[in-house]
Amino acid sequence: MNRGPAAAPGHAFQLRLREEPPKRAEFVADQTSTANQWPAGAGAYDLISPARKRLGWTLMAAATLGLLATIVFEILYRAETETWRPAVYAYVLWGVALGIGQVLTRGEDGQRALFLLPALLFTIAMVIFPTLFGFYIALTDWNLSSFSGRKFNGLDNFWQMLGDPYYRNALFNMVLYVLAVAVEYVIAFGLALLLNAQIRARKFFRVVFLMPLMLSPVAVSWMIGKSLMEYRFGPAATLARHLGWDNPAFFSDPITARISIMILDAWTFIPFMMIMLLAGLQAMSREVLEAARVDGANAWQTFWQVTFPLMLPVSVTAVILRIIFKLKLADIIITVTSGGPGGATDSVSSFIYREYRDRSNVGYGTMLAMAYLVIIVVFVTWLLKIANRFVRNVN
Amino acid sequence: MSVQTTNYTVSEISSPASFITSRVFIYGALVVWAFICLFPIYWTITTSFKSAVDVTQGHLIPFVDFQPDWKGWRSLGLSPDSIFETSTVRDEFLKRFMNSVITSVGASSLAIIIGSLAAYGLTRYRYKFAWFRNEDISFFFLSQLILPPVVLALPFLVLYREVGLLDTRLGLILLYTLMVLPIVIWIMRDQFNSIPVELEEAALVDGLSIWGAFFRIVMPIALPGMVAAFILAMVLCWNEYFFAALLTSTDAKTIPVMVASQTGSQGINWWSMAALATAAIAPLAVIGIALERYLIMGMTAGAVK
Repeated sequence: MNRGPAAAPGHAFQLRLREEPPKRAEFVADQTSTANQWPAGAGAYDLISPARKRLGWTLMAAATLGLLATIVFEILYRAETETWRPAVYAYVLWGVALGIGQVLTRGEDGQRALFLLPALLFTIAMVIFPTLFGFYIALTDWNLSSFSGRKFNGLDNFWQMLGDPYYRNALFNMVLYVLAVAVEYVIAFGLALLLNAQIRARKFFRVVFLMPLMLSPVAVSWMIGKSLMEYRFGPAATLARHLGWDNPAFFSDPITARISIMILDAWTFIPFMMIMLLAGLQAMSREVLEAARVDGANAWQTFWQVTFPLMLPVSVTAVILRIIFKLKLADIIITVTSGGPGGATDSVSSFIYREYRDRSNVGYGTMLAMAYLVIIVVFVTWLLKIANRFVRNVN
Repeated sequence: MSVQTTNYTVSEISSPASFITSRVFIYGALVVWAFICLFPIYWTITTSFKSAVDVTQGHLIPFVDFQPDWKGWRSLGLSPDSIFETSTVRDEFLKRFMNSVITSVGASSLAIIIGSLAAYGLTRYRYKFAWFRNEDISFFFLSQLILPPVVLALPFLVLYREVGLLDTRLGLILLYTLMVLPIVIWIMRDQFNSIPVELEEAALVDGLSIWGAFFRIVMPIALPGMVAAFILAMVLCWNEYFFAALLTSTDAKTIPVMVASQTGSQGINWWSMAALATAAIAPLAVIGIALERYLIMGMTAGAVK
């Protein structure tokens, strides 16, 4: 059975974190060179008078000086200014001045840079600085409940982490939780196929199936975890008793508890994969399926030899995005089991959350978080690489 | 094959027995899963009308099994008979509710504004900041998606205390913006890529500036995508628990934190918990039903073209 290459929805898809260069290539907003590469004749707009240029440079220089001065002032007179807020305002002003300065000094180039600047300055301020700061905290002995304040202690937290059985257990749980994505994928694929079949009331079912995704995981944990699965009278427990499980305690032994958490999480997130897969199914050309039928394939063969391979790229995106979300899993565990019984259901996030909440152990908790960050960056990079190669090989 | 009503294929019609079996199977599965999706919601809503006995005896169907009662809603101060009386619980609830509304709308709006601008710039122009080119900048933005909240939470806890943003709505808005920005950029980039560049080129020839072309020509076309991104961002912000639990205490606490904090204290008031959970999920349930099209559009952006 041949697959129509033109019909593959896969060509369009990839986890396109790295995109090909955009269509218009005229413009280089180079911070270092002032050479304007807009084609000649782009208009008088780009002829910037030296006075305007000077004004722009002065503005940017003044703003930078102002920012630095604020920071120095804050450091020197820490006691008098209550907080570091002035530095935040100074940063915002600096950003505004930088934007105006770009337009003044570089004209249209500056206007283009203005599209990107807000998001860039925002993200840099909100990510780079806290992450670097986090790496510093990770190297300190800092307990918020003790009075001694923060003490630099080098790699002590790191060695402690290596010997921490609970952290290892949480990491192991994350492996299990990530593996559960496979089951979620199968169910989501099944549902997507159902919704793509010729059925009545498709819109109704789609809305209903989408519902769990909209609901707050915390409310869901309460609704399902604490109430439906309640040992004494929850309907799920009653049902389980009817089905012959004498002692339907969903959260008391480690394995059942883990499975229960997986089910809860799956309930909220299956719609997410389902919708992506459904979009993939709908984008698939019907000609290919018709051709398969004409060739005499039955439904089973059609699925495995046509639909599934064609859906592979979309599947990979859906699964990877789902795994990324799964790696953040915390709220359900925090609210339903708080990691119990005995840390059996802990995800890394919920474990660190309790490390902070219950023990106020900021230094050690941050070290755990930073180690986790490194692990998942490596893992996700590896996953993307594998996935890209996999998709390329199959198609 | 643009028309696809119920055009069953030859093989399906030739064997009516197997056709019927497959119909039964399909609808059976659909109904079962619809039940799985809806039952917890049904359970929550009905529980908010139950008294303690009805809860513990596992009564399910109102008017048949048990007599509904405004009990849960009364404890929230939201039942018909208590709605005009003063109620501290209701004030508390409304405060949390407003916090949730303000933070999620604020963060989504901010993310849409700066995210759309960045996505537009990245799809249309070539940048080079030092040694970072477009692909690197895109990667930088999208890679934030991987960052787990727990990595940022503790540094932010300390930083926010230093800058006086702890337990403020502004602090939460900034963090939530950061959280949804990659998703917004992802969706909007997809949107702008689907708009032909010729439109703007024509506008530029007609004398509009770059920003003029963006606001007058591109934005109106990209509006559905913006709505989709906004709604998806809203959902994520409204449901966010982790940051809210760590970074707020009294003033800026949001609905999920309030829901979670109820569970611990001396035995659970099932009915009031159920009422609270219902109130917490209701806004998004309504949005989900009304704007389902946009939600789907947002979720499938970039997945299939």
